[in-house]
Amino acid sequence: MTMAKAINAGLRRVLAEDPKTLLMGEDIGKLGGVYRITEGLQAEFGEDRVVDSPLAESGIIGTSIGLALRGYRPIAEIQFDGFVFPGFNQITTQLAKLHMRSEGVLTVPVTIRIPFGGGIGSVEHHSESPEALFAHTAGLRIMTPSTPHDAYWMIQEAVASPDPVIFFEPKRRYWLKGDVDTEHRAAPAASAQVVRQGSDATVVAWGPLVPVALAAAQAAQEDGRDVEVIDLRSLSPIDFDTITASAQKTGRLVVMHEAPTFGGLGGEIAARVTERAFYSLQAPVLRLGGFHMPYPPSKVEANYLPDIDRLLEALDRSFAH
Amino acid sequence: MWGEIIGRRVVDTELTGTDTQAPFIQLLSPDGTRRQDPAWDRYTRDVDLEALRGFYRDMAATRRLDDEGTALQRQGQLVLWVPLKGQEAAQIGSGRATLPQDYLFPTYREHGVAITRGVQIAEMLRVFRGISHGGWNPASTGFHNYTMVLAAQTLHAVGYAMGVQRDQKGWEQERLAAEGGAVMAFFGDGASSEGDVHESMVFAASTQAPVVFFCQNNQWAISVPFEVQSRVPLVNRAAGYGFPAVRVDGNDVLAVHAVTRWALECARTGQGPVLIEAVTYRRGAHTTADDPTKYRTRHEEEGWDEKDPLLRLERHLRAAGTGDDFFEAVKEETDRMAAELRATALAFPTPALEESFANVYASPHPLVQEELAFYREYQAGFADGGAASDTTDREDAK
Ligand SMILES: Cc1ncc(C[n+]2csc(CCOP(=O)(O)OP(=O)(O)O)c2C)c(N)n1
Ligand SMILES: [Mg+2]
Repeated sequence: MTMAKAINAGLRRVLAEDPKTLLMGEDIGKLGGVYRITEGLQAEFGEDRVVDSPLAESGIIGTSIGLALRGYRPIAEIQFDGFVFPGFNQITTQLAKLHMRSEGVLTVPVTIRIPFGGGIGSVEHHSESPEALFAHTAGLRIMTPSTPHDAYWMIQEAVASPDPVIFFEPKRRYWLKGDVDTEHRAAPAASAQVVRQGSDATVVAWGPLVPVALAAAQAAQEDGRDVEVIDLRSLSPIDFDTITASAQKTGRLVVMHEAPTFGGLGGEIAARVTERAFYSLQAPVLRLGGFHMPYPPSKVEANYLPDIDRLLEALDRSFAH
Repeated sequence: MWGEIIGRRVVDTELTGTDTQAPFIQLLSPDGTRRQDPAWDRYTRDVDLEALRGFYRDMAATRRLDDEGTALQRQGQLVLWVPLKGQEAAQIGSGRATLPQDYLFPTYREHGVAITRGVQIAEMLRVFRGISHGGWNPASTGFHNYTMVLAAQTLHAVGYAMGVQRDQKGWEQERLAAEGGAVMAFFGDGASSEGDVHESMVFAASTQAPVVFFCQNNQWAISVPFEVQSRVPLVNRAAGYGFPAVRVDGNDVLAVHAVTRWALECARTGQGPVLIEAVTYRRGAHTTADDPTKYRTRHEEEGWDEKDPLLRLERHLRAAGTGDDFFEAVKEETDRMAAELRATALAFPTPALEESFANVYASPHPLVQEELAFYREYQAGFADGGAASDTTDREDAK
């Protein structure tokens, strides 16, 4: 099944299993969302459980917080990455902080689903990767799946979490197909997965770029380089143990994300791994990301986004050491 | 001055329900009959038949542009098109009421207003061809770039108006009436729910800035009907902030023109903000990526066919003696325009990423320079085998 269908199935399951769950967002009911991720859910569970909200992100997130305080488990949809910002205040000053403010008495189990990332040929604000802005905020958990199977299970894990979760959906992979085992739970999001074993270098990627990393690893194989690929899955917390162990084994690490390199999560990973594995590294940890610019017009996005060639070039630089 | 008109015209909190039939200003009924309403004479007196034909030309050009935009998108020449079919009267009527010194903040569907501001239509297509985020020069047209984050521009409009207010401090009434600037903020029924609209109205009322809020209530925010946003007509809101408002038939170009002239005059002459709710209908899809059959009925759409703004004006013009030759000439004109548009759009050069690097900051920035240098070197590395390719296909083929 596609990743879109997998998330839909995951949401259907939480709606069926937990009567306290509800979906809120713009166009998610009758239309089933602009990406049809919630298709059919309002018809099945009713307008109380799948709510076409007024058009206001601060409203969607703020009222989700209120519902959570009253014992519900709201799952909010933000229509596109670039439209989360009217709700950013509620996320960073309230959602992330209420547990601490209440000295641990209150929990706010809100899940915020955000389709993110580029490569879809769209107009401004529809292709951004703002994960670092959220990862910098303590109190939020952040996940992003790269396969339908993970998407199915991770959305359920996000909803079950007592902490708020930002669930980034790699929108250009919504139509990616894969097997989904609805019986056997995927590994918890907090554990990164080695999705390709290798011995010469490690690439860490997440969400939309995992297939790119795998394709580049394949290409590198033809040059006799054996590249390991890690799918990070959880962006807060980050599974540094898995990354460090891999970097210690291969001695080389490249971290890749669509978000701009400067101030991005790649920097945090590079610093931590360097602290932990300094003497095992044979090259500086390299970061590969978008450039320091607002996401450009779609006709030039192919030159902006890290792709197979850019990753191979970064690997070349790593191997040059 | 607004006291006279508004005393009788402002639609206040007595209006309840979201019935689109709630009272509004209408000067041309759907069958094209001119309705006399002395209250608005002052703003329609000089709108003679020739002027109305001009409106028709603009509206026909707008519709032709819209059809061409949709066609170009279907043929893969645009990444997206945002149709405005059905909203031509709201846009041409209001845009033609503005003066050169005014500054307008659109959302993303105001292609008709753009035409009235002299924006080169082909430039607009650059946004939808995915080669620019802006497309035209806002400074020279007084027509701001599109803002896609809903409602953000309503605050910019108020701030801009606060600047205008400062620049015109101490001007006599006469000078204000003739040369004063005013600002317009365009937004939709859906966007009206965003907090920014509330804040913009608070600031406008507090500062009495010369701004006209122009809401095109086209009944839908993608798939969400107006009732989800508000239980009462939007025009009621203004009373809560303490400024006048008017509800107008947005498919009647003459009425829209009259009320917008009045509202701009209020703003221009220092009487503070005004809200206009133009009741209209988005006859097409939300964008070319949208499928309205998922959320509304054909029956509902048909109900609005008869109220189409072009049809109404055509009926009026014909009844007043305008013959086939005029309509045929307009058709030829707009066909020619469409052909030119298409040719220009297809000939746009694809920009280079270097242009984006160049526009991040207004003054040199070392990180941007460093990344640009890397990018150039990286691209040069492909000199033999051609430029770095778009590898998305390769990935997806996996
Ligand atoms: C802040 C923000 N949230 C969500 C969106 C996505 N979106 C684009 S258009 C739209 C509906 C807008 O409806 P309305 O304001 O009535 O304007 P219309 O499209 O009808 O002209 C939505 C939800 C957006 N552009 N910006
Ligand atoms: Mg609307």
